[in-house]
Amino acid sequence: MSPEMINLIANSTGETLYMVAVAALIATAFGLPLGVFLATSGKGELFAAPWVNRVMGVIVNATRSTPFIILVVAIIPFTRLIAGTSIGTNAAIVPLTIAATPFIARLIEGAIREVDQGLIEAARAFGATPIQIVRKVLIPEALPGIVLGLTLAVVSLLGFSAMVGAVGGGGLGDLGIRYGYQRFMPEMMLAVVVVLIVLVQAVQSIGDRLARHLNKRIRHA
Amino acid sequence: MNAHLGYLGDQHAQRLVPAETIVRLEKASKTFPGRDGQPVTALQDIDLTVPQGSILGVIGRSGAGKSTLIRLVNGLEKPSSGKVIVDGADIAALPEGALRHARRSIGMIFQHFNLLSSRTAAQYIALPLEVAGYDKAEIRTRVEELLALVGLTDKRNRYPSELSGGQKQRVGIARALATKPKVLLSDEATSALDPETTRSILDLLARINDELGLTILLITHEMAVIRNIAREVAVIEGGRIVEQGDVFEVFTRPHHEVTRSFLADESGRALPPYVQNRLTPEATPGSQAVIRIGFRGPHATDPVLSRLARDLNIETNILSGSVDEIAGRPFGTLVVGVPEQSLAVTLDFLNQHGLDTEVLGHVA
Repeated sequence: MSPEMINLIANSTGETLYMVAVAALIATAFGLPLGVFLATSGKGELFAAPWVNRVMGVIVNATRSTPFIILVVAIIPFTRLIAGTSIGTNAAIVPLTIAATPFIARLIEGAIREVDQGLIEAARAFGATPIQIVRKVLIPEALPGIVLGLTLAVVSLLGFSAMVGAVGGGGLGDLGIRYGYQRFMPEMMLAVVVVLIVLVQAVQSIGDRLARHLNKRIRHA
Repeated sequence: MNAHLGYLGDQHAQRLVPAETIVRLEKASKTFPGRDGQPVTALQDIDLTVPQGSILGVIGRSGAGKSTLIRLVNGLEKPSSGKVIVDGADIAALPEGALRHARRSIGMIFQHFNLLSSRTAAQYIALPLEVAGYDKAEIRTRVEELLALVGLTDKRNRYPSELSGGQKQRVGIARALATKPKVLLSDEATSALDPETTRSILDLLARINDELGLTILLITHEMAVIRNIAREVAVIEGGRIVEQGDVFEVFTRPHHEVTRSFLADESGRALPPYVQNRLTPEATPGSQAVIRIGFRGPHATDPVLSRLARDLNIETNILSGSVDEIAGRPFGTLVVGVPEQSLAVTLDFLNQHGLDTEVLGHVA
């Protein structure tokens, strides 16, 4: 493999990591409160607002059911508004974030709903406010599950980021399409796939390890 | 003299002054919306007073409404009608903020402990103090006091997964006491524990009641819990209190069927199956009358049957029996068979000796 090729792969890997990291961070910043809200705003719950809950649920589902490649194209005007352009790595971050936010919100909602209702009752019984219950009970208790959910989200984002390559987003997907497919360089295609596999493996094992470390339900020998 | 009064005032105030009421339920009712639209009544017209410094036990079968009852006291449930007064404040009428503040003086412990898996014992005990806005130094001292009180100083850095059931409940008790409550609510706190651990947790609660003067309101379905620590008892069935009063009085002279059924679970009260199966309501030729004799307090150990044999020449046939302790006082039960022709004389004799009698039936 030529030094130019290695250089290309390194650059593209950097772009992918950048897109995924920024999109994951922003999506978590929005997805965490949204997930907490979804998990606590049902009828009779901490922040009971059943109607708002239902509306949010519909919006989240609608976003999640839109195929990613269509979402990318459909929101081009919005992308241009935010990023100033609709092509390139920075522009790709916009649809990635929008796709990941409801996904992360649902994962966090699920993790929080796993927390035993008895803990909420105990916290209410000693006079905690709903916000305190979220900060000191729900999130810490759900943290191992949240970390596993975020791991899953980052892995999915790696896949999505390869797709934005198809619309000029840069990164490993872009490299694979342009060199591996259009210029018919199977070794380049293979290299891209291998790098993606390694990235996914790395993300998953870091996430698993962190979740295990945070999970105090299991005795650590 | 004044100095003495001061001393008495500090140490024995509760015993000298008539006990004040700390929790009072007045005609409290609770209905829940049912699945088919029909409202379900969980509690109906509950009147209950808990004197300051006492231990009051509410006993009932599952579904009797005791869980809802205890949740009315700290406002986790609001009554559909009636009042819930705790330390002078009407809990049901308090706005959220004031209610949260009031809850700091009402501790609560739970059947399944409800510890946070993500916090060590010390961190968990600190939680209500963090929530109430204590500063770090205060929290540290208070947590150490509480760990010492429940005997878990050496377990301070353990997570719940590293603690036994009894230790978890001790942590729960320490957490409930953190903000120095005036009342402790115990929601089946020993129901998930084995008898020996139950005993040690009850001892701890009794000690806290005694040393801190903390009022305890507990709910349970276990007679042993009531017998071991409660001073007063309320029996609840179908959302109503069917009997209440001094534990010894209620359980040595039960009036309601449910109260009797709780006693029947206890050893000695139940008839042995071979008697139970042959019991008939009417006397038959050659049958014996079966009577239950209750020995209360000072009479519990009287040799009354030997006197019956000696003085009246009536031979009795012992079918079952036990001498037990309820609320620290001896209480005996004997089930005996006597010849039909001697029944009236025997009952007279026993009643003259201050014993409670009940004719259960006849066996051939």
